[in-house]
Amino acid sequence: MLSNSRFFIRTLLIGLGFTATLIVMTSSAAIEGIHHKLNSGANRVDGLAAWEQVYSVLISPRCINCHTATNYPQQGDDRHRHFANVVRGGHEGKGVPALKCVGCHQEVNADSTGVPGGPNWHLAPLSMKWQDTNDRPLSSAAVCRAVTDRSRNHNMDGRALLRHNEEDKLVLWGWNPGRRPDGTMRTLPPLTHAEFVNATRTWVEAGTPCPRGR
Amino acid sequence: MATYQLNVNGQSKKVDVDPGTPLLWVLREDLKMTGTKYGCGISACGACTVHVDGIATRSCVVPVSLIGNRKITTIEAIAQDPVGRVVQDAWVEKDVVQCGYCQSGQIMSAVALLKATPKPTDQNIEESMGGNLCRCATYVRIREAIKSASQQL
Repeated sequence: MLSNSRFFIRTLLIGLGFTATLIVMTSSAAIEGIHHKLNSGANRVDGLAAWEQVYSVLISPRCINCHTATNYPQQGDDRHRHFANVVRGGHEGKGVPALKCVGCHQEVNADSTGVPGGPNWHLAPLSMKWQDTNDRPLSSAAVCRAVTDRSRNHNMDGRALLRHNEEDKLVLWGWNPGRRPDGTMRTLPPLTHAEFVNATRTWVEAGTPCPRGR
Repeated sequence: MATYQLNVNGQSKKVDVDPGTPLLWVLREDLKMTGTKYGCGISACGACTVHVDGIATRSCVVPVSLIGNRKITTIEAIAQDPVGRVVQDAWVEKDVVQCGYCQSGQIMSAVALLKATPKPTDQNIEESMGGNLCRCATYVRIREAIKSASQQL
């Protein structure tokens, strides 16, 4: 009789302990899930806000002038068609035999003559156009889709996009665009390069979210 | 001022100039090679075209300090190049030149085009030569001469 009672109490205690552990584990998993959900939501909001900052740079003349949808680059803050009948050339966007980009644009800015320059000067491919054929910038959503589409962006994932914005020499040129022919400095993008990289990092860490819409 | 050793038409030339001086002015003023012309001074007309390592280059906007060891070829030596010889002959055959001021640039561009594209289409010619202006409007004869030269290549 006594041994039966002991057995019953022991079994009851083990059962209660197991149930308590299960309850604690389930609750903590649920709390973690909720926390994760909240975090993801916050990240997406932060990411979208960061993207809008990135977008403000991409559509600035120093960047978008060479991301055209047409057969020519643009120049100047008014983004007019490049003079001298310069054309895109083949897929590489480096001009045509007697009229190559590098026939004027050297490896560095030529401040004495006002011609900008940087390594491998060329137009972005048409897959990376950020304008329509009437030279109007595409929407934030459309540019975001283009930038994140690995079939169009040289297969860059988020980390590669961050590295591109951080290190690419033509990207860096945007913050060192040299002097115009009249000797004045070319205007810079709306963010500093450090701000641009930070915004890109936030956007990438949030999973490169894109705004909805066209 | 700085001293630069330039390779011009296969010869080494030493010049002592301001680093920002456009190559055109070094050629014309310091080396007295006046075959290359000054037109607009902003790379818009092509009269100043020379070859730098074979690339048609607007010498009016390229500072001499950025040339380095690259080989410069000017109109004075283009006839020593097989394609250049053919192009100059075609220019004579088709009597392309009117006033002649832009023609050294036109020939330098035509040679660059034909070296890259020996059998150019009309579109190839229009695109490549589109940056070389001619106030005498010799464009039709320029195209004929390029086509004539291409038949020899």
